Amino acid sequence: MNKNYNFAFLDEGSKREIRRSCLKAVAIPGYQVPFGSRELPIGRGWGTGGIQLTLSLIGPDDVLKVIDQGSDESVNAVNIKKFVGLCTDVKTTVRTREATIIQTRHRIPEIPMDKDQILVLQVPIPEPLRTVEASEEVTKKMHAEKDYAPIWLQLFESLVRYRKVTISSEYPCMVEDRYVMNPSPIPKFDNEKMHMAECLYLFGAGREKKIYAIPPHTDVVSLAFDDVPFEKESFQGKKCRLCGSGNTYLDEMFDSASGEKFFQCSDTSYCQEVRGCI
Amino acid sequence: MHLKETPILKIKDLTVKYGPGCPSCLQMLEKNRCMVCGTVWAANELSLEVYPGEVLGIVGESGSGKSTLMKSLYFDLEPTSGEAFLQDFQNGARNIWSLNGAEKRTIKNNIMGMVYQNPVLGLRMEYSAASNIAEKILAAGSRNVSQMTERAKELLQAVEIMTSRMGEAPKNFSGGMQQRVQISKALANNPSLLLLDEVTTGLDLSVQAKVLDLIRKIKAKFGISILLVSHDLAVIRMLADRTVVMLDGRIVESGLTDQILEDPQHAYTQQLVHSLI
Repeated sequence: MNKNYNFAFLDEGSKREIRRSCLKAVAIPGYQVPFGSRELPIGRGWGTGGIQLTLSLIGPDDVLKVIDQGSDESVNAVNIKKFVGLCTDVKTTVRTREATIIQTRHRIPEIPMDKDQILVLQVPIPEPLRTVEASEEVTKKMHAEKDYAPIWLQLFESLVRYRKVTISSEYPCMVEDRYVMNPSPIPKFDNEKMHMAECLYLFGAGREKKIYAIPPHTDVVSLAFDDVPFEKESFQGKKCRLCGSGNTYLDEMFDSASGEKFFQCSDTSYCQEVRGCI
Repeated sequence: MHLKETPILKIKDLTVKYGPGCPSCLQMLEKNRCMVCGTVWAANELSLEVYPGEVLGIVGESGSGKSTLMKSLYFDLEPTSGEAFLQDFQNGARNIWSLNGAEKRTIKNNIMGMVYQNPVLGLRMEYSAASNIAEKILAAGSRNVSQMTERAKELLQAVEIMTSRMGEAPKNFSGGMQQRVQISKALANNPSLLLLDEVTTGLDLSVQAKVLDLIRKIKAKFGISILLVSHDLAVIRMLADRTVVMLDGRIVESGLTDQILEDPQHAYTQQLVHSLI
C-alpha cells in the first residue's frame, strides 16, 4: 500500500460526507442525492462516481471485485482494481460470491448477490428525465410532483414509430412507486435483478455529483404500459459458445477467421465458473 | 340570457404587471406603461365570466393583454394578483391561481385545452401527431396504448387529418394542419373549456376558413365552452356569442357580439368596427 496517501485515497472527512449521502439515498430509494464529488487522479466520466462510493465504503477486510461490461479484465476494471489496491491493499477477486463490494460498469453480475454484498454502479447520466427535459430545475420539479408523463411519452413515441420500445439500456424504472430512476447503462436484461434484491445497490455519478440507491427488498419495476408489457432482450435459441449457458446476457461476436457470428457470456467470471476455470 | 346559469369560469380582478411598480404607477399610466418606473400593466383588474357552451370572444389590438389573460389562465405565467374559479374544479370553491403544481396540472390536463397562436408552443414538433395527442392522455394518467391510439385516430379524423399521417411529426405538416393537431390535442381529454389564442393568425384565407369551420363544428358537437382571443373582428363575428373588448390591459366594453359590432359604445370599439368596414 502506498503510504503517501490516506487509506482508500480520500480523506476521512470526504468519505464521511459521501457515506452520509449514501444513507440519505438508502432512506429515499431512487431519489438522487447531491454530493460534493471529489477530484480523483482519473478523468470525470471514467467511473469517478462509482470509485468514490467504493473508496468511502471499503475497509481493510473487504474483498473487491471490479467489472466493466461484465468483464473482470477490461481496461476500466483492471485500472480501478489497481488503483484501489494501491491505496488499500484489500483483497481482490473475480468470483462474484467472494466479493463484499463489487464495482461495475454497465452490467449486473449473473450470480444473484446476497445481503452482505454491495453493488456499486458507475453512472454517466443519473437523471432519467434528461432525454425529455434539459433543465435540472424542471426535472427536480417533475420528480417532486411525480410528473412523469414526458418519459411515458417517449416510450409511446417509440411504439408509434417502431411498434416496440427501442430503449435497450438505461431503461427507466419506477422505484417503490415513487421515483423514476435511471438504472445506469445496464442492458434492460438486468433490470429485473434489482427488484426485491437481497443486496444493496448504490449508484454514483461523479461528473453529475449525484448518488442514489436501491436498498434490499425494494420494489423496482421497469416502466411498461397496461397492454404492452416490458420486454427484455431475448436470447432464445442462442447459447454461450464457451459454457453453453442459455439463460445469461450474451455478447454477439464475430470470428474474423471463419466469418461466423457467435455468442458468449457477457459476465466472464460467471462463464469461467460454469466451466470450472476459477 | 345567462342569469340563471353558473359560469364555468369566473375571473376576478386579474392583474399582471411586468416591472417593480411604484406608488404612482396607476395614476401615471401612458397606455399601460407607468411613466415613472416603466412598469407595464399587461392586465389591469380584468373580470369576466364564461358560461357553459358559449364562445366568449376577446378582441383587442396587439399588446392589449389578450394573450396575457390566456397565459395566466393556462398557468403559463403567474398573475400579480386576482382570482379565478372553475366550476369543474372542486365546484369553483378554490382560486385556481393559488393551487399547487400538481393541482394546476390536473386542470391543464383534464379541464382545459389550449391552442396557441404559434404551434411550436403547443406541440412537440419532433414527436408524431399521435404522440402529441397521447401526451395529454398520458398526463391524465392513462397507460393503455390501444386506447390512446384509438383516441388519437378519432380526434385526428375529427379535425380532418388523415389517420395514415398520425405517425408523422407535425414539423412536416402545413401551418393549418399543425393548428388542427393542436386542436385535437387540446380536446384529448374532453375538456370543458377550450382556450384559443389567435388560432387563425398567420394562416392563409382558405386555411383560416377551414380552421374556423372546424371550431364551429367542435362547438356544435362537443358543446364545449370556448374562450377565443383574436384581433380579427371577422373571426369574432363568426364564432363568438359574447365579446369582450380589451385596450391597454383593461376591458373597455363587453356584450353580445352582434350588439358590440352593430352598436359599439366605446370610442376604441367604434374605431375597430369602422376599420372592419
